[in-house]
Amino acid sequence: MTETLSQLRRIAQNPTLSFKQKEHALAVEAENMLPYVLLDAETRAALDARIICDMYEGNAPYKPRYVLPDYEVVLKNGSTHLELPKPETLDEAINTLQIAYHHVPSVTGMPVFIGHLDALLLPFCDGVSDDELYRKIKLFWRYIDRVLPDAFLHADIGPTDNRVARAILRADAELKQVAPNLTFLYDPEVSGEDILRLCTDNIIACSKPHIANHPIHREVFDEPGYAIVSCYNALPLRGGAASLARINLKKVAEASSGEADFLDVQLPRYVHLNARLMRARVDYLFRQSGFFDGNFLVEEGWIDRDRFTAMFGIFAMAEAVNHLQDLAGRPGRYGHDAAANELGHRISARLAELVEREPMEHVWRGVAMLHAQAGLSSDAGTTPGVRIPYGSEPDPVSHVQALLPHHKHYLSGVSEILTLDETVRSNPEAVFQLAKGALQLGFREFTANVTGNDLVRVTGFMIRLSDVKLYNAARGSRVNTTALGAEAAETVHILDRKPRVVGLELMAGSGV
Amino acid sequence: MSDGVAAVSKFLTWSVVDGPGNRFVLFLQGCNYHCVTCHNPHTIGVCSDCGACVAVCPSGALKKSGRKVVHDPGPCISCDSCLSACPTRANPMVRRMTVNDVLELLRRNAPFLNGLTVSGGEATLHLDFLIDLFTAIKAAPDLAHLTLFIDSNGNLPAEGWQRVLPVTDGVMLDIKAFDPERHRRLTGADNDLSLASARLLAEAGKLYELRFLMIPGETDSPEEISALSALAHELGPHTRLRLNAFQHHGVRGPAATWAPMPRAGVEAAAGVLQASGLAEVVLPSVWLP
Ligand code: SF4
Ligand code: SF4
Repeated sequence: MTETLSQLRRIAQNPTLSFKQKEHALAVEAENMLPYVLLDAETRAALDARIICDMYEGNAPYKPRYVLPDYEVVLKNGSTHLELPKPETLDEAINTLQIAYHHVPSVTGMPVFIGHLDALLLPFCDGVSDDELYRKIKLFWRYIDRVLPDAFLHADIGPTDNRVARAILRADAELKQVAPNLTFLYDPEVSGEDILRLCTDNIIACSKPHIANHPIHREVFDEPGYAIVSCYNALPLRGGAASLARINLKKVAEASSGEADFLDVQLPRYVHLNARLMRARVDYLFRQSGFFDGNFLVEEGWIDRDRFTAMFGIFAMAEAVNHLQDLAGRPGRYGHDAAANELGHRISARLAELVEREPMEHVWRGVAMLHAQAGLSSDAGTTPGVRIPYGSEPDPVSHVQALLPHHKHYLSGVSEILTLDETVRSNPEAVFQLAKGALQLGFREFTANVTGNDLVRVTGFMIRLSDVKLYNAARGSRVNTTALGAEAAETVHILDRKPRVVGLELMAGSGV
Repeated sequence: MSDGVAAVSKFLTWSVVDGPGNRFVLFLQGCNYHCVTCHNPHTIGVCSDCGACVAVCPSGALKKSGRKVVHDPGPCISCDSCLSACPTRANPMVRRMTVNDVLELLRRNAPFLNGLTVSGGEATLHLDFLIDLFTAIKAAPDLAHLTLFIDSNGNLPAEGWQRVLPVTDGVMLDIKAFDPERHRRLTGADNDLSLASARLLAEAGKLYELRFLMIPGETDSPEEISALSALAHELGPHTRLRLNAFQHHGVRGPAATWAPMPRAGVEAAAGVLQASGLAEVVLPSVWLP
């Protein structure tokens, strides 16, 4: 108890935390003073060894991890609980949404989903000029970024090409804010290439939006559909995800004597233990926390307790494959070698099969959904999801080709980021073609970052800017190293994340 | 030398700096210029199978097999030691590829591609291969959407262009220098063919881009820039002109000690060219530190 008290005191007196952050940290500590949800000894041991991981969601899950309200409900009916009339104008609709966001719980304390904004707002746009619409969206965007500054807060637009989606894309490229995050749901039958091109131009301007493969996602979900939220999770709309627990594939590989042992013994064992962990946490949320009882979100139909899935996460595929390659004495590395890549694809297929065999009560459709999980900031020595380790990624086309066969297995999302060097800025057509190709071949989500990448292809060959710098520096006095440093800083300047806005979900202990 | 086979030093499935959109780039081995400023000097020579590179390979990827030097990509660690060891600026990792090999690679990557650019070395040294390859692509319904470009130094007579242009969509042409003496000194060859090629290609509507490498103290002089301006105007004020800046990367020999081209100098030249009424002057999209 004294240890806990001094921890609470440390938080209360910490000069670097804001009032809000203290409040949240104290709440997390308080939750964790309660005993952990009931686990059997074997599951507990796997959790303590962090072979399976609860994302530090807290000892007593009293809110779902991700909540995806159907905001159409409040826009159509208003809210008795919030004493909101049905909105009639665009201003009223935006105002209603802004109020609604404050009542949506999630793991980060901020909503991870703020709606299919174009579909929600279009009915209010009659008689609103394009210019007026754009100005209102800009104010709305500023509000979100300043009041709900979380990089995981997510808006969806598409699949149609419409005025609101265009106004949003225009404002988003102009403001270059971290929040909200944005996904365009692309359907080649409906969207048209014009808006896809707008999206890829925006990616060059601000690394947003993400482009979701709408036909592939739509197939997975029933009415009223799905949304992409947070770090590219595809989840049931009017529900969400009750919980997320994940397996560290690297540790499972390290516990294996070889590929066969991994696939036939260890992986089934840890999938089963992770499923047990998830069941215990989901059970607590549904049967003990009282979250769904007397909750106006449920009563007014914003959410439905039957539409919460459980996300079965995995990460460190790259390290697992490379370890198994080492055990087999094969030199090929994940992301580069065809045999290593195929081993990865087999592991994903096996995971999908195993997860399908673990029934789960309370959960939408009775089984968890597989997810390639993007990682926590505390993960060291592991690569998120099924990604290729940072710094060793092949060119974007080979990259997509290497990962493509994984995508069909990760029904609740696979978080993949393609890093494009700055030369694409002068050739937007290439990004468009890359996105189109990836989506056409079945990539679930297309996400690209244009960064001040160290690795740049100048002519036929890739070079590292840092190598050039070293080389120049070694040539001695004629070159002014200070000027070099300054010039390099100028070349490699992008994506300085604003400290005011953080990726809350990356922090252990369910964030701030 | 075709027989439907060419010596390929490298290929890329992703290139955004070799023409419009994402391009598959095929680098063919061998060049008829010997530019002191070449940043890929190992693409210049043709391998004589002398074997000098075999001894320096740390991974056993190079072997002498009969008279031939053979490269095994499996153990190769891409250290490039063999390239520096080669006395003739050749590359033992070059592979011989048929037109069908290339078609197969294109098919595998087609959804991601806007086109194909054949570069070098000097691509037009493999003229028969180019014609065979381009004709086959144009005839294949699943590849016909690809635009076909050649990256060339222009050292090809009109008869050569006439053979390949009907199946070519665009050419990126490098002019190395305007002063004839300077051109000889920098490249080991005369520039009259290259200048004639520029005119011929523009006339045929196939000149996608004119490229000019700025080297301090050589091609950045007011005379060179005004000659460039005059040529571009003669070809038409809408000629797309790309200025490149000389850098050391990859350069071997005396030019490795030359100063790199400063950004300010390139921008000043671009200013002059734009002021003269040229519509499209393109600068390097990334500046090396
Ligand atoms: S690549 Fe160069 S060193 Fe190697 S065998 Fe050929 S000519 Fe000789
Ligand atoms: S790059 Fe050349 S020297 Fe290096 S391992 Fe490969 S073949 Fe051998």
